[in-house]
Amino acid sequence: MLRLLVNGNRIERDDIDPDTPLLWVLRDSLNLVGTKYGCGIGACGACTVHLDGRPVRSCSITAKQADGRAVTTIEGLAEGSDLHPLQRAWIDLDVAQCGYCQAGQIMSAAALLAKNPRPSDADIAKAMAGNLCRCGTYLRIQQAIRKATSDKREDA
Amino acid sequence: MSTPTNRAKRASVPESALLLDPYLDSIIEPADHRAIEDHTPQPDRFAQLDRRGFLRASALAGGGLMVTYWMPVREARANAESDVNPSAARENSFEPNAYVRITPDGYISLFATAPEIGQGVKTSLPMILAEELDADWNRVRVEQAPIDPQVYGRQSAGGSRTLASSWTALRKAGASARALLIEAAAQRWQVPSSECTTEPCVVVHPPTGLRLDYGALTDAAARIDLAKLAEPTLKDPKDFRILGTRVTGVDNRALVTGQPLFGIDQTLPGLLHAAYVKCPARGGRVAKANLDEVRALPGVRNAFSLTGTGMPTEVMPGVAIVADSTWAVLRAREALRIEWDESSAAKDSFSKASEQARGLGPRGAETLRETGEVDATFEGAPKTVEGFYSYPFVAHAPLEPQNCTAWFKQGAIELWAPTQTPDRALPVIAKVLDIPQDRVTVHQTRAGGGFGRRLINDPMCEAALISQRVGAPIKLLWTREDDTAHDFYRVGGFHRLRGALNAEGKLVAWQDHFISFSHDGKSPVSGGNISETEFPALLVENFHLSQSLLPLATPCGPWRAPRSNAIAFVVQCFMDELACEAGRDQVEFWLELLGEPRWLESGNPYALHTGRAAAVIRLAAEKSGWGEKLAPRHGRGLAFHFSHAGHFAEVAEVHVDESKRISVTRVTVAGDIGPVINPSGAENQCEGAVIDGLSTMLGLALELEDGRISPLNFDRYRLLRMPQTPRVDVHFVKSDFAPSGVGEPALPPLAPAVCNAIFAATGERVRSLPLVGAGFRTRA
Ligand code: FES
Ligand code: FES
Repeated sequence: MLRLLVNGNRIERDDIDPDTPLLWVLRDSLNLVGTKYGCGIGACGACTVHLDGRPVRSCSITAKQADGRAVTTIEGLAEGSDLHPLQRAWIDLDVAQCGYCQAGQIMSAAALLAKNPRPSDADIAKAMAGNLCRCGTYLRIQQAIRKATSDKREDA
Repeated sequence: MSTPTNRAKRASVPESALLLDPYLDSIIEPADHRAIEDHTPQPDRFAQLDRRGFLRASALAGGGLMVTYWMPVREARANAESDVNPSAARENSFEPNAYVRITPDGYISLFATAPEIGQGVKTSLPMILAEELDADWNRVRVEQAPIDPQVYGRQSAGGSRTLASSWTALRKAGASARALLIEAAAQRWQVPSSECTTEPCVVVHPPTGLRLDYGALTDAAARIDLAKLAEPTLKDPKDFRILGTRVTGVDNRALVTGQPLFGIDQTLPGLLHAAYVKCPARGGRVAKANLDEVRALPGVRNAFSLTGTGMPTEVMPGVAIVADSTWAVLRAREALRIEWDESSAAKDSFSKASEQARGLGPRGAETLRETGEVDATFEGAPKTVEGFYSYPFVAHAPLEPQNCTAWFKQGAIELWAPTQTPDRALPVIAKVLDIPQDRVTVHQTRAGGGFGRRLINDPMCEAALISQRVGAPIKLLWTREDDTAHDFYRVGGFHRLRGALNAEGKLVAWQDHFISFSHDGKSPVSGGNISETEFPALLVENFHLSQSLLPLATPCGPWRAPRSNAIAFVVQCFMDELACEAGRDQVEFWLELLGEPRWLESGNPYALHTGRAAAVIRLAAEKSGWGEKLAPRHGRGLAFHFSHAGHFAEVAEVHVDESKRISVTRVTVAGDIGPVINPSGAENQCEGAVIDGLSTMLGLALELEDGRISPLNFDRYRLLRMPQTPRVDVHFVKSDFAPSGVGEPALPPLAPAVCNAIFAATGERVRSLPLVGAGFRTRA
């Protein structure tokens, strides 16, 4: 029996092979398709989710390893209709081109800000180095992270 | 001086024709009557506004107004399209081109009729329509148009042409719809329509102060006699309210909340998952496979081999696995053992081809263009320069791998796919499945990057065939490795160059022997050709361009800025070599070559314009601090390239340390693409083009040996990451020329700008890409 807390919802499933990468549990079994497949080997970051608050590549974590833990995906980042400051910044700064990598980018950035609310540019570059953007939106991603941190401060 | 010996008409459409704006009055022939009849469903509700456009207005059930606009098209079209299918040229015909739906609640729906692959057209094209309609952007919804060429016209994303080809059509469509609404209001108020005007989404009559919301006019507008409608006037650009402003992408919210927008996100009741495994060397056939073993694995529904059609653009031989989940498919794949019959498979070797190319002299097998006295000029020149340039095969590597969801039932098929050419899939699928085309339905999804890969619909053909075979809905997903191993690559190539300078350091002769590849021994592979008018052909008096073609079986195709992505590197680096040899400043050297402002090909307003070229070169120089002193081992490099109707100059600033570690610190982009529709999207595209260009020239190369491509995944095919990203400053020249796309032309100048900067910093010439293969390293 696989037990997960996904975006705050308790999930119990007995039809999932424990070796299934978490990515495919999310996409195929739970129909949470915001988490993307790009490489399957932990090299692109498109599949980034939070496992107990830490960013992980869901393609490289098995269901068994995630068992009993809390998973947050891009679908669970906003609180209701209240978007995460990063999501707002991503919309306002028009970050996306094709947009395929952006769920993973936002999840990596969210994990960074949770740990370090005022990251330096070097911190940002380091935390985001595992996320590829084939369209090359890195500069806007940096700007959006900076914007989200300053917006957050205004809110506070 | 002798006259140019232009080569005989080739199978492919000449470069100049590809760049024509199909909508320019001076080019378009009068309407073809037969074509008009084809598209005239209801003559009474269908008015010819002028000899070029047709308007149709109809009432919607439940209230509201639908306006459709037909424009003439000329189908010697898109570069990318002709790359794939050179015989695509068709005569003039009319196509429905724009749709406006206004509902009584005042909301306006605009149909996006081009695939969204990250180039922003789902936002920028509706902006044009909304502008002339004088819509309030906050009340505009953008919907993706269904795929039905009879109703929605041709839909394709390629060659940066989408914007250029739609500009006039969309403006006229918007203006016509606005004129209809004005007419409806004027009739209701019983005032002359000439006294009425609009504010966003409202018709107003200034003399009386009367106002009516567009939503309140839909029914009346649907009843207007279109024949009485005068030709609408287009807005003066200074009155634009939407165009030229920063508008954010219409799908942004859905994207950042993880909504199912992409092909890979599609799902259906009872959906099965599939893989299709092909020979790593193109053309290999299945000799033996352990299908029974695979069928017995958990979750597997079926496994079977297909012979396919033998066409790489359709279905090549392979083994399909169909299972309950993606994971079951992937696990079964691990256990699959195929013995390939490679008797007719590709045996290509790029390293052998390189050796062969290096052995060739300055004149190739076939002369493409010769002007002046080339040999004599070289003999008499005080200074000559020579260089041999090469660049490798690269993959498209869109981040969303190829996929397609297909459902065959009762003799018909429905497909959901991220494709750049959705309507072109219709006849191909019909052929592959051997069913009539009207039994094929295609739904286009957002695409996770395209870069040219999705112009070809082979994954759709495979999915269709697999679904037909199992009689169930399936989602075919290529792994990253599949995607790289079965791409239509940007072909590698070689140039042997010579240049001659006179005593004043002026460029007086240019000779290029281009060594490329061919599938048939006659014409170059897609993306592996060169135009006889390629820069600087029309600017150097003594000019010789020839080509030799080496055999190749591996498929190639258009890759972002086809041809230009490699040619610019070669030509612009060699220009820099010449400028340096002449002891001249690069900017001055370029400007001298360009000479007086003029179109280089008379009658073709989509050709290179020397004045526009000079302007972007000056702008890039000015904004980058060209000529200012830099620290040791730092350097600046300049490059200019014209492609896809866009003029772009770029200056790169680099630092190279003693151990040949490179950092590109800053790139200045100056472009002229005519009026900028959406600065937010255009700047994003330029930054993306710079990063794509840098990524590719720094570290990307595919090996091709024994017909096999490697590496196949991102651990060894190393795209640029955030820490290596330079600062990018984007500037546009304000110009009144027709607008053109930006996704492609900003890419080509990047690689030569960086190589030229490396020379300035180190004195070392880079003539072979990528840089990591030339002994350079990138910063982590
Ligand atoms: S799919 Fe997981 S890192 Fe690429
Ligand atoms: S926006 Fe396309 S991959 Fe990042």
